[in-house]
Amino acid sequence: MAGTLLLVGATSDIGHAVAARYAQAGWRILLAARDPERAQRNADDLVARHRAEVGLLRLDILETDSFAAWLDGLPALPDTVVCAVGELGDQGRAEVDPTHAEGVMRTNFLGPSLLLGLIAERFAARGSGAIVGISSVAGDRGRGSNYVYGAGKAGFTAFLSGLRNRLAKSGVRVVTVKPGFVRTRMTRGLRLPPLLTGEPSEVGQAVYAAAQGGGDVVYVRKIWRLVMAVIAAIPEPVFKRLNL
Amino acid sequence: MLATPALAEAGPEAQSLRTLSGWGRYPRAASEILAADAPGTLPMLLRGRRGVIARGAGRAYGDAAVGQRTTVLTGALDRLRGFDPATGRLRAEAGVTLADIVRTFLPRGFFPPVVPGTQFVTLGGMIASDVHGKNHHREGGFGAHVEALTLLTPDGVPRRCSRDQNPDLFALTLGGMGLTGTILDATFRLRPVESGWICQQTRVAADLSAMLRALEEDDAATYSVAWIDCLARGASLGRGLVYRGEHAGRQACLAAGRDPFPIPAHGRLTVPPGLPAWTLNRASVTAFNALYFRRGAAAGASGLVPWHSYFFPLDGLAAWNRLYGARGFVQHQCVVPRRGAEAVLSGMLDRVARLGTASPLAVLKRLGPGGGGLSFPIDGYTLALDLPANAATFALLDELDRSVVAAGGRLYLAKDARQSRETFEAGYPALPTFRDLRRQLGAEGVLASRLSVRLGM
Ligand SMILES: Cc1cc2nc3c(=O)[nH]c(=O)nc-3n(C[C@H](O)[C@H](O)[C@H](O)COP(=O)(O)OP(=O)(O)OC[C@H]3O[C@@H](n4cnc5c(N)ncnc54)[C@H](O)[C@@H]3O)c2cc1C
Ligand SMILES: NC(=O)c1ccc[n+]([C@@H]2O[C@H](COP(=O)([O-])OP(=O)(O)OC[C@H]3O[C@@H](n4cnc5c(N)ncnc54)[C@H](OP(=O)(O)O)[C@@H]3O)[C@@H](O)[C@H]2O)c1
Repeated sequence: MAGTLLLVGATSDIGHAVAARYAQAGWRILLAARDPERAQRNADDLVARHRAEVGLLRLDILETDSFAAWLDGLPALPDTVVCAVGELGDQGRAEVDPTHAEGVMRTNFLGPSLLLGLIAERFAARGSGAIVGISSVAGDRGRGSNYVYGAGKAGFTAFLSGLRNRLAKSGVRVVTVKPGFVRTRMTRGLRLPPLLTGEPSEVGQAVYAAAQGGGDVVYVRKIWRLVMAVIAAIPEPVFKRLNL
Repeated sequence: MLATPALAEAGPEAQSLRTLSGWGRYPRAASEILAADAPGTLPMLLRGRRGVIARGAGRAYGDAAVGQRTTVLTGALDRLRGFDPATGRLRAEAGVTLADIVRTFLPRGFFPPVVPGTQFVTLGGMIASDVHGKNHHREGGFGAHVEALTLLTPDGVPRRCSRDQNPDLFALTLGGMGLTGTILDATFRLRPVESGWICQQTRVAADLSAMLRALEEDDAATYSVAWIDCLARGASLGRGLVYRGEHAGRQACLAAGRDPFPIPAHGRLTVPPGLPAWTLNRASVTAFNALYFRRGAAAGASGLVPWHSYFFPLDGLAAWNRLYGARGFVQHQCVVPRRGAEAVLSGMLDRVARLGTASPLAVLKRLGPGGGGLSFPIDGYTLALDLPANAATFALLDELDRSVVAAGGRLYLAKDARQSRETFEAGYPALPTFRDLRRQLGAEGVLASRLSVRLGM
């Protein structure tokens, strides 16, 4: 049944594909972005394409103090929330610039976790709702090339896992989505292996299906589950010498 | 497999050098590639760069969408900005594809006013080439239907352009091949249609005069296009089939037991890479002969055909440009004025038939009065030939160009890969005005494609 989706991170390409999938199914869409003006084109697209009812709000995931009041101010508690906020950052810079590293960690872990945690309380009180966090395979095992981002995602993945465990009997679904490589602004200009690289619309479909009851931890392209199982199985003495 | 060091290094402006070409895969040139991620960030991305050109879907055949230094991909500018079902008015970003527009709005009873022969083009590309459809004789080019656009000029400022606002800039951007600025979005009106079916009538024309007569008769038809058998010579020179089309009404579809809005079957066939160059000739000659004689037997036959097979017959075969092999191919598309067209066209077709290796098929269409500027159409007939890129072809085309110029005609820039500056200058009297505008805009050297450098635009 169509309800209301709250999308946090409304300027994200993946987020937009998620919103489009819900709009196609007739859902009302609430978009949240730190700069709503830049999200306007996505809001317009949902209206023109799917005749969706769309609202656009401001939210900065780093302003954690504002979350409770922000949630109180929503026109209604949504039925499903999807958090697409994330920042890849610059690993090299993060190694020498703690402020940058902290920003990446806060954006990928702290902000999304605290926000979804508060929403979970409200969903649990109501006895229904679906929470979807877009995490990453990068959080499955820290690698030298992007472990600051990876650590943020690992924290987020663990938080979602615990939340799911705690709320399993409360009627609230918690879904962790690991997209693998996706062609978006975040990865633009990078050479990505075609077989492992998806389109935002694939993530949109996977999120929609999972939130409607299709799974707890979702690897958008199934092959990623295998790839990450292999990577996780490599013994540390070997792993630490690999160039990953 | 997880080659992610790149993930750590690359910022939003990540860039790379790549060999690029147009749809004909000739010529090829190295270019830096930049990808736009939103209209708002494009000014920053382009600041200070020279030798830049926008690229849509890369369906121009030659070197129009290959930057002198840098090529800007516009695929991410794919959002629709507004649609009014009462008027059909659509505002969309420039990287939105025609396929997306048709897929989204045909089921709602709307169709674009003008479409080229493939749906895999972008709105920006359709405007920059002022594309013509099978209805140019009635509707003009796509540009005639554009009400307004936002153009990012070389000074980094997005400007609204329309027939009232910046009218000169607007006029020369239609057909301006990306050389006046980068189109960010545009507004135009879709047409209400009752179905996605075309009522098609096929007629056989035994020779060129019959062919031209048939096309003239179609001046009252909504759509009309002809295929010519280029291998026919002598008394049969210019023989072929003329396809007239009208949008089918809802009742006609239902009466024929058809879903009013057909959806093309999924899964297109793809031509594999690495085919030898002769594949196409054999394949298409056979196909054409089959078609010609089958259709010929049912002369005057009419029937319902779905929108995709009427407008975009080649789109069913993905990557068909590989059929010409590694050296690629060129399309020669000219337009010659109506008066005296028969003599010019028969001379050209005769040369093509004599060479034998030329494309077995050619497309002939009527064009109505044109849109001015560097827009291609003028009142007359347009003939398009596909030929393998080789020395014999280039020699033949130089000859054909001379007849086109002598007849007061011109070549289509969106198809061009090799015309001379002389041919170009003779065909486009608006060129000095266009250059003046480029100078005023500060676009010279800043916005430049391989095409513009080659032709001194
Ligand atoms: C099978 C086939 C059939 C065709 N049939 C027809 C036909 O019937 N009629 C017809 O008129 N054409 C036809 N064409 C040509 C095609 O319609 C044009 O070349 C069109 O411009 C391609 O659009 P594109 O998005 O691929 O643009 P590209 O090929 O990427 O670019 C073409 C030109 O547009 C410019 N451009 C692209 N985007 C922008 C932008 N955002 N801002 C500014 N400039 C931009 C480029 O700089 C370049 O000069 C056909 C092509 C093919 C492959
Ligand atoms: N693309 C991939 O290959 C890939 C792979 C695995 C996981 N992911 C994850 O998928 C999600 C979406 O990514 P994407 O690929 O769509 O990239 P994206 O377009 O860069 O999306 C990132 C989003 O996070 C938002 N954001 C960053 N900091 C914020 C803040 N302080 N407050 C509010 N919003 C903030 C960005 O907003 P602004 O526009 O305002 O910056 C943007 O909407 C991210 O969590 C990403 O980590 C992506």
